[in-house]
Formats: sequence, C-alpha cells, structure tokens
Amino acid sequence: MNDGAFDFSAYPHRHLLGIEGLSPVALSLILDRADSFVELNRRHENKLAILSGRTVMNLFFEDSTRTRTSFELAGNRLGADVINMSVSTSSIKKGETVVDTAMTLNAMHPDVLVVRHNDAGAVKLLAEKVNCAVINAGDGRHEHPTQALLDALTIRRRKGKIQGLTVAICGDILHSRVARSNIHLLNAMGARVRLIAPKTLIPANIERLGVEVFYDMQAGLKDCDIVMMLRLQTERMSGSFFPSIREYFHFFGLDYAKLEKAKPDALIMHPGPMNRGVEIASDVADDIGRSAIREQVEMGVAVRMACLEVLCANLALEGA
Amino acid sequence: MNIKTPPTENPKKEIGRSAFVNARLLDPATGLDAIGGILTDGEIISDFGPQMFTDSVPEDAKVIDCKGKCLAPGLVDMRITMSGSDFATTGMAAVAGGITTAVCLPNTNPVIDDGSVVEFVARAARKAGLVKVYPYGAITKGLEGIEISEMGLLAEFGAVAFSDANTAIRDAQTMRQVLLYASTFGLMVMEHPEDPSLAKGGAMNEGETATRLGLPSIPKLAEVLIVERDLRLARDTGGRLHFSHISTKESIDAIRQAKIDGMSVTCDTAPPYFSLNEGAIGDYRTFAKLSPPLRSEADRVAVIEGIKDGTIDAIASDHTPRHEDEKRLPFAQAATGGVGMETLLAITLELVHNGHINLIDALSMLSSGPADLLGLNAGRLKKGAPADLVLFDVDKGWKVDADHLHSKAKNTPFDERPVQGRVLRTVIDGRTVFELDS
Repeated sequence: MNDGAFDFSAYPHRHLLGIEGLSPVALSLILDRADSFVELNRRHENKLAILSGRTVMNLFFEDSTRTRTSFELAGNRLGADVINMSVSTSSIKKGETVVDTAMTLNAMHPDVLVVRHNDAGAVKLLAEKVNCAVINAGDGRHEHPTQALLDALTIRRRKGKIQGLTVAICGDILHSRVARSNIHLLNAMGARVRLIAPKTLIPANIERLGVEVFYDMQAGLKDCDIVMMLRLQTERMSGSFFPSIREYFHFFGLDYAKLEKAKPDALIMHPGPMNRGVEIASDVADDIGRSAIREQVEMGVAVRMACLEVLCANLALEGA
Repeated sequence: MNIKTPPTENPKKEIGRSAFVNARLLDPATGLDAIGGILTDGEIISDFGPQMFTDSVPEDAKVIDCKGKCLAPGLVDMRITMSGSDFATTGMAAVAGGITTAVCLPNTNPVIDDGSVVEFVARAARKAGLVKVYPYGAITKGLEGIEISEMGLLAEFGAVAFSDANTAIRDAQTMRQVLLYASTFGLMVMEHPEDPSLAKGGAMNEGETATRLGLPSIPKLAEVLIVERDLRLARDTGGRLHFSHISTKESIDAIRQAKIDGMSVTCDTAPPYFSLNEGAIGDYRTFAKLSPPLRSEADRVAVIEGIKDGTIDAIASDHTPRHEDEKRLPFAQAATGGVGMETLLAITLELVHNGHINLIDALSMLSSGPADLLGLNAGRLKKGAPADLVLFDVDKGWKVDADHLHSKAKNTPFDERPVQGRVLRTVIDGRTVFELDS
C-alpha cells in the first residue's frame, strides 16, 4: 500500500475516544484510508505488514462479538499481534478497579488498547493512565466512534457523499452510544439528522446536539435518504419505557408501510445485533436492494484497520 | 382533536323526523339561549334555531311540544364506574339523568388494558342500546402502577384517554415515563390525585369530624401533594394532564396557578364536592363515604370558586355503584363511592339556583366541556351532529329517593335531598330513550 497518499497528521490525536470534537478533515482521512482497505479485504491474499511488531490489546469489560472480532481481524490483517482480554477472565471480576487494570496492562507495553466498558467515561479515564493509544470500542451510552465511522463509510460508498443527506436514526436513542457518535459524525460531515422514537427513549435536550426530533415515525421518515434503526437495549432499561414489543413494533418498528415515506432509494442500516420483529421487520432487514446491514459489518473491519494504522502512525511520529 | 363516534351495531330501521317545538334552546358551546326548536332526521340534528317552526312544521315530522322547557345537548358524563353493575341498569340510570354519553373507568373486570377489552366494553354498551359508553384505557397494566399499558394501541382501539381509576401513580419516575410516553401520541393522562401512602387506611377527611367520630383519616395534603408533583412532571415532560374529582382548596389553587402559567392542564370535580361537606357523614353514614373523601366547608366553597372562575373544566358524576353488602359495614370497612348519574343535573343546577353560575355555564360543564376535553363528537347542537338531547325542567322540585333510583345500586349520598331541576325526556340518536312519568 502507498502510505504516502495519506497524510496522517490530519488526525492530530493520540487516542480515538469519541467522534465529538473531531474535524471533518480528520474524519475524512480515516474514511478515505478505510475505503482503500475495502478492496484489499475482499481479496484472498489480504495480509499486510503495516503494523508488524505492534501489539493491539482488546479489553472488553462488556460482552461483544462483532466489534471485538472486527478489531481482532483488523489488527491481524495489518500484521499486528492481537491479544484478547475478556472480562470473565480478567481481574476486574476479582475486584480490581479500571485504573489498576489499565496500569497493569500498561506495564506490558501494548501499542493500542481497544476498550469497551459499560460506564460512560471509563475509557477516557483509562486512557489518561496509559502510555499507549486507546480506541473507545463503546463506553456506556456515550460514544462508539468506530461504529459511526463504519456507518459513514457505508453511506459514502452507497450514496457517494454524506453532505446534504437526510438521515433518520430510529429507536432507543436514550441508551444508544451509536446514536450519539452518529449524530456528531453526520453533523460534522454536513448531513441533516432526525431522531425518531417515543418520548421515553429520547434523552433530554438532544436537539441541542443539532437534530430534529420526531415522535411520529411516518412523519420522521418522510423523504429520508438513510434510515438507521437501533436495537432496543432492554438490558440497559430499568423502569417502563414502552409497554410491549407489540406496541413498539406497531409504532416504531420499520416495516414497508412506514418505509414508504422515505425516499424510494433510501438505505436501511442497523448496527446490530438486530431484533427481528421488534425494531425491524424481517423482510425489510433482508431486502438485498435496500438493506446495507451486511455491508456495515464488512466496512467495520476496514474502518478499524484505518483507525489502528492512523493511531500507530502517530505513535511512530512520537518515536514510540 | 380526534373525533370519535362509536359505530352502530345494526343500522336501525328508519326512525323518521321529529320536531321539538316550543323549547328553550340551550347550546353551551355557542351560548345560545332562546325559544326555538330542533328538527331531527333519523339519528342526526338536521336543523335547529330560534326561528324554527314559527310558521309550520314539516308534515312528516312527529311533533314533540317542549312547552317552553329547556332543550339542550345530552349530558356527557366523563367519569363512571361500570364494574359490579350490568350495562342495562347503568344505561337506565344514565338516561334517567339526561346523560347520553358516558365515559367509563378502566377498572372493569377484566381491566381495560388490552384492545380486546376496549372493544368488549363498547360492544356491550351498544347492545344495551341506551347511553353511549366510551372507555378509558388503563395507564398501567392491571392498574398496578408499574408497567405502562399499550396506550398507543388502546387509543387506536378507541380508548379516549387514560386513567388508573381510583389509584394515583405512586412512583414519580413511573408517572414521568407515563407522561412522556402518552405525549408521544398526544394522549391525555387522568390522575386520581391522592398520595397512596398518606391516604392508606384513612376512611374520611382529616379534621375535627374525624377526630370526634374516632375514624382513621386522610389529610387533604394527600391531594395537593400529587397535584403539585404531577404539575411539575407535566411541565417537564409536556404531557397532557387532567386531574379527576378535585376536592380541596389547595389543589384548586395549584391548578389555577398552573393555568395562569399557560400549562395545558385540566380538571373536573363531582357534585358531592360542591354540595356536601364532611358533615354529611353525620352518624357514620357509609353512603357519604367517597373517594376522595368529603372535605371541609372551606374546601366545598373553594370548589365552587374553582367552578366559577373556570379553574375546574367539567363536572362528572363519579358514579360508583356499590352493592349493599359493601356499604352495610362499619364505616372504616365500608367501600367508597356513590351513584351519581341520576342526580348529576339536579345537584349541578343548585349552583345555578344559588346564583353561583348561569345555566349555560352549568350545562357547558356537563356537556360541551367534557366532550371537548376528550375529543368526543357530543355535547353541542350542530347540524349533522348526533341527535343526543335532554329536555329538562330547570325549576321543577323533587326529592331524591334512593329506593326509586333506576340504577341497581342505591348508594347515593344525596338520599332524601330536596332538589330542583328534573329531566323530562332523553333522546339518543334521534330516539327517545327516557321519558319522565307524569
């Protein structure tokens, strides 16, 4: 690969903790670089040596399948050594604090720590205590930057642009870090963001993040280019947010009747894992012509490769 | 606003035209008060006005001479309990009281927390064929105050608003979620404002009377505490909130201020709260055991003030039939509630006869007021509107007699009260369903 085509100084940050505050230039750099990995990933011979000698440590305090696997694959493709730490075997279960865990791992000199934690801000706290680069793989309901980046890449490849598009994010906004990261990214790139959910699943003052809020799905979907569905995160819910799956699906589940309000070529996305018949009808999810859900997963590996490469390039500039 | 009309079970045979002549026409929605007439054609009002029938009456129309008595839209009773009584006797009691539309609480058996029950209640009421019954949906499943019911679906099935009947939503977080969720669909939440922990075990209003009688009591604080809590929650969430059967000065003051502040909050009261006070309990009369309890004289006067200045939007009967066995008990053990549909008009007219409000305003609280709150196609004289009418003599005196009530349950707190104002005839969808024996 020709690294010279990419100016990594456009991303002047040590870590990737969130989308909020990143410039369109920095975001574009990651997206452009990721785009260049897509074709490579589709080839049989796809192993590179860009991160040869680097160690990537996956540290997941919260269960994950696709994100962890995606980072693992991304690290491997770039030639890094990838180590997985999962919570069930870690010392956190034995009462160690996040900071102590970070210090312990830091002593092993990893180059990149990929961290997921169920508390918002935990990844940032950890990042302050280590010498390596840290990628936030999801912290509570705060941010999930690589998900927003892979969504953006998917949109860009399908629609040719992000600027000027109308994107509806639908469902459990309240508990969603994916929604927050996407709002920041889409706004930075010039898209118009709408949120659609029952009022119980819309966090207070979210319109201050630069979105338009709809409680009626049909009105919210009108003339949208992108329909992004979110999973109902019942595991994060305490209390009564909606009465039943039946009612939720009736009013806020994506089916063809509601989808009709969006543009005819509107793209359907979902960060996964999907609950068929809850937030999305099966036939809509499987609609090859309109659903980009599988593609999102594919873009995930490319985006994470780009993130790892960019952060390691910055480490190299520091002489680390 | 959503206009809801219950579909008719069977399209009935032709009922032709009726001319109500020589009536004092009263339409609270427009303020009309003049001598005139109404022509009904089939189930609807085809024409009405002060100049009707001065020259002639259509040949094919059946003529009903109103003899100068009041002819107004049928009453809309926004709070009745259906449980424990069958639809036919409830219907009889309603139409004897001039009520053509009633809205029933969800504390039926089974509870109205499922679309199928909404349909069941509507169907059963249609079969009885008397009063038109609309249901409230339960706010929480099983009226348990924990999980939000399927409000969106219930509304699609025809629930006109939401209530947990005779219990307040105990938990503030739940109530907040309820208001948020309901406002997602623009639905109205009706609260029974009584803090359950303060009301627990209480049998009557706290004060001198309770002390003398030695009865466990409910402080009136129990009401205003929930009113103020919910007003703050509604302000925060933008939810559409209504308080049922308001009974204390403090809560009326709080609601008055909220309205001045521009909140879309409404409330109703029931006749006992402006015509009786805790003294009616006398020597442990369980028919006067109500929920909320009868309050002090100062509260009764404050309720009248609230009616006069528009703080209170509607008057509902709060009709709660109770079996004799539930009332013939030591006061503390007796069930709360009183029947009220047959006395709704007469007791409300006391406010008119005593000079507190005029007749049009009284009728507005009993028909167009509640109909507008709930978005019902009722409570007004309008060409093309359902021919639901009440003919009444505003001055006629009579004495309430529990034994002669049409409802199966006889638990009226107004037994033996001399009242003024009597329903002469009730018309629903163009058909006379009640006529007073002369």
